[in-house]
Amino acid sequence: MSAKTDNLKEVEARSKAALPQDIVDWIGECKKRPHPESQLISTLHKVQGHYGYLAKEQMDAVAQLMQIPASKVTGVATFYHFFRLHPRGQFIINVCLGTACYVKGADRVVEKLKLELGIDFGETTKDGLFSLEASRCLGTCGLAPVVMIGDDVHGGVTPDKVPALLETYINKARSLRKQSR
Amino acid sequence: MSNPGLATYTGLAKKAESILDDRRESGKIRIQVGSATCEHAAGSNAVYEEFRRHIEASGRDDIILRRTGCTGRCSREPIVGVMVPGHLPVKYQLVDHDTAHDIFTSHILGGKPVTEKILDGSADESVQYEIMLCSGERCGRNKHLNLTKLFEKNLPKTALELGQVRLVSANCFGLCPSGGKGSAGHALIRPDNVLYHIENENDIREIIDNHILKGNVVERLRKHTEAISQRFFDMYGDVAFFNKQSRTALRNAGVINPEDIYEYIHYNGFEALARVLEKGDPQWVIEKITASKLRGRGGGGYPTGMKWANARKTTEETRYIICNADEGDPGAFMDRSMLESDPFSIVEGMIIGGYAIGASHGFFYIRAEYPLAIKRIEHAIDECRKLGLLGDNILGTGFSFDLEIRLGAGAFVCGEETALIHSIEGLRGQPRIRPPYPSQSGLWGKPTVINNVETFANVPAVLLYGSEWFRNIGTEKSGGTKVFALAGKVNHTGLVEVPMGTTLREVVFDIGGGVPNGKKLKAVQTGGPAGGCIPEKFLDTEVDFDTLAQVDSIMGSGGMIILDEDDCIVDIARFFIAFSQDESCGKCTPCREGTKRMLEILERITGGTGTPADLVKLERLATLVKKSSLCGLGRAAPNPVLSTLKQFRAEYEAHVFDKKCPAKKCSALIKYEIDPNKCVGCTLCAKNCPVPCISGVRRELHVIDQAKCIKCGRCFEVCRFDAVQRL
Repeated sequence: MSAKTDNLKEVEARSKAALPQDIVDWIGECKKRPHPESQLISTLHKVQGHYGYLAKEQMDAVAQLMQIPASKVTGVATFYHFFRLHPRGQFIINVCLGTACYVKGADRVVEKLKLELGIDFGETTKDGLFSLEASRCLGTCGLAPVVMIGDDVHGGVTPDKVPALLETYINKARSLRKQSR
Repeated sequence: MSNPGLATYTGLAKKAESILDDRRESGKIRIQVGSATCEHAAGSNAVYEEFRRHIEASGRDDIILRRTGCTGRCSREPIVGVMVPGHLPVKYQLVDHDTAHDIFTSHILGGKPVTEKILDGSADESVQYEIMLCSGERCGRNKHLNLTKLFEKNLPKTALELGQVRLVSANCFGLCPSGGKGSAGHALIRPDNVLYHIENENDIREIIDNHILKGNVVERLRKHTEAISQRFFDMYGDVAFFNKQSRTALRNAGVINPEDIYEYIHYNGFEALARVLEKGDPQWVIEKITASKLRGRGGGGYPTGMKWANARKTTEETRYIICNADEGDPGAFMDRSMLESDPFSIVEGMIIGGYAIGASHGFFYIRAEYPLAIKRIEHAIDECRKLGLLGDNILGTGFSFDLEIRLGAGAFVCGEETALIHSIEGLRGQPRIRPPYPSQSGLWGKPTVINNVETFANVPAVLLYGSEWFRNIGTEKSGGTKVFALAGKVNHTGLVEVPMGTTLREVVFDIGGGVPNGKKLKAVQTGGPAGGCIPEKFLDTEVDFDTLAQVDSIMGSGGMIILDEDDCIVDIARFFIAFSQDESCGKCTPCREGTKRMLEILERITGGTGTPADLVKLERLATLVKKSSLCGLGRAAPNPVLSTLKQFRAEYEAHVFDKKCPAKKCSALIKYEIDPNKCVGCTLCAKNCPVPCISGVRRELHVIDQAKCIKCGRCFEVCRFDAVQRL
């Protein structure tokens, strides 16, 4: 039995307003098919794809529209590594810490990155430019050690190459800012 | 029988031929650029663009540019293949913007290959013909017909000496069932791509006299059935890294354009499906798969045919089939490569599996971290729907089946089948107790078969080339080949597909090219975080599910990391336990708490504060976790510790008793000193020290302040006089 409350319409409207229209439509589509609740992870992927992270407001809206308890939605969002509950920097630096990268010295690349950026894993620099994250394996072991910045995969990264690598993205951010002006 | 499966398929195949004929090929120059995540990372998109611009600027319409998947030669990417009619295909390695320019102007326009960039220095312009000899289980070990010797004996000496003809012995072509029966051999003549069936010395003389010397194909001996490895060897056969392999699951990787369904159909794609549907007997499919001795390639090694039979036996009518593409082992990337390079064969394998177990719905469960793989599978599914290979009434046979993609979200435990099912259901990916096994009660309580990507990729090959052929490639208990992802301290990193029963030594040294920088191999780590470290003395172990278990490791999904003398075994064990601890889903106590405590002990040992009692505790705890965890992953999590404790106990003891790290990797157990006899006072170490803790002036001895040193090793690396010593 799905919970019906007196202010259902109002809550539903608020939930719809909290999400982009395409995701609201997607949830509507899911509900027409068998096992709609199984699409929770796909829906959270879409929300994170749109906002970059999962905020409480959006998770509650998803829970409401999919008629899944908010506790379950939070449970799923916190269980899987891929989902973020906080906003992230403009560029996500994803250091691969898979076995191949590890034996080829990824730990020292991590040290250098932490030193240069002044942040730990899971944190974002004060200027909002970079977030540092660790990945279990990016699957490009042949190029180890590997660092992914944004969508670009960089192979054969040594601690020495780190400053120049970061510099390219700082410049990229600068030119992006100029363009938007 | 009015089952039109094969007739409909023949129509499709004809259409594919005419489409491909319009587009290519005869007499045209082809340039192919690798396109997969790793190729893109190495810069293949820019290379593709460069060629496109050049072709456009040249105004030539006899040059075709195309994309292919990845060949699995990771350390040499981007790889570009150039095929000029009448010449052996030339493959270039590490191609960048400038090399692309050189290749176009010198090779394409000028007819002169850019020799210094050729893959492994393979192609040689003076070679007119290359004779590739099958040295597989049957042909190669035939005592009465040693092809290599006989060819050497009969070929004109000058041809061999001048290098006009080259003899290459390659791994199994996969022709065994279609003749031979131990009395014949096979040879492939490149670049003509002609395959001969040879029974005696006279045949060899005839081939040499007519084909090699006069250029006339000997039709009498020619084989018209295409060998499964032929298209791959035709393209890549001259490279040792490739011709020592036997490509079944990766048969199309690096050969076809993974976004073109017609190219797949051209290479017998979907013919296995058509034959299966034409036959109309799911039980027959299961028998074929069972007879092939195909075992689950995800790591468990459960016989695929038996799994399918179990699901088929149930009385429940709704059944599901799932492809596990949540490749999570660190250091494994064969599934990604297959999904990206040959998505159609996996789709075909799934449709056949669905038909065999009686499912009408299947799911691809793919890691969200593999965006290109997701895109290519989505595309493949769409294309199949358009051609009536998925959806209602497939190939007009009345069989209906459809596929859906579900994304993982970064949880290692979701590789476990019950956890994976929970994840598809939209729940936290936590495993449950088995039985009931998913083949009895799985997704939404219905019978569900879950197979790995590589297993599905093998299915069409088994049905097309026969169970007997597949079984013969492998060992007694396990048929076929296995793809390994070779990485770590090895010269040629990449994907390697070899018959089951190949030795580790062949994989690491003959194909992988050994350990770089003249270092000594210490161990081969197989099976990822659930596996173990195999010491050098067991390198002659023939790889198979059972033999690897005998040396305290597992096959796993196929990750193979090579460790050299600089890698500390205790540190590697710590690395894997840290991984398992981080990925533990938290449902059962032994895994959740046990891995945590094991990690603490290992950190003490590598940190220099381990005690002899810690070793006892570690072993007891590891055994306990292995015995009492809920799921397979928890039970396997202590394997890296147990295997290294058994095989490399001395190294643990050195850490604990002598407070020494033999590999000089654990920073708490080493120190850096400057040798007064070697130091010339160049100041380089002091300049690079991040602390700084090195004192000394120019041209005088420098000294490291041990109290301040953080043991980063920077001074050790930069010193040009070997004066900094790691003790």
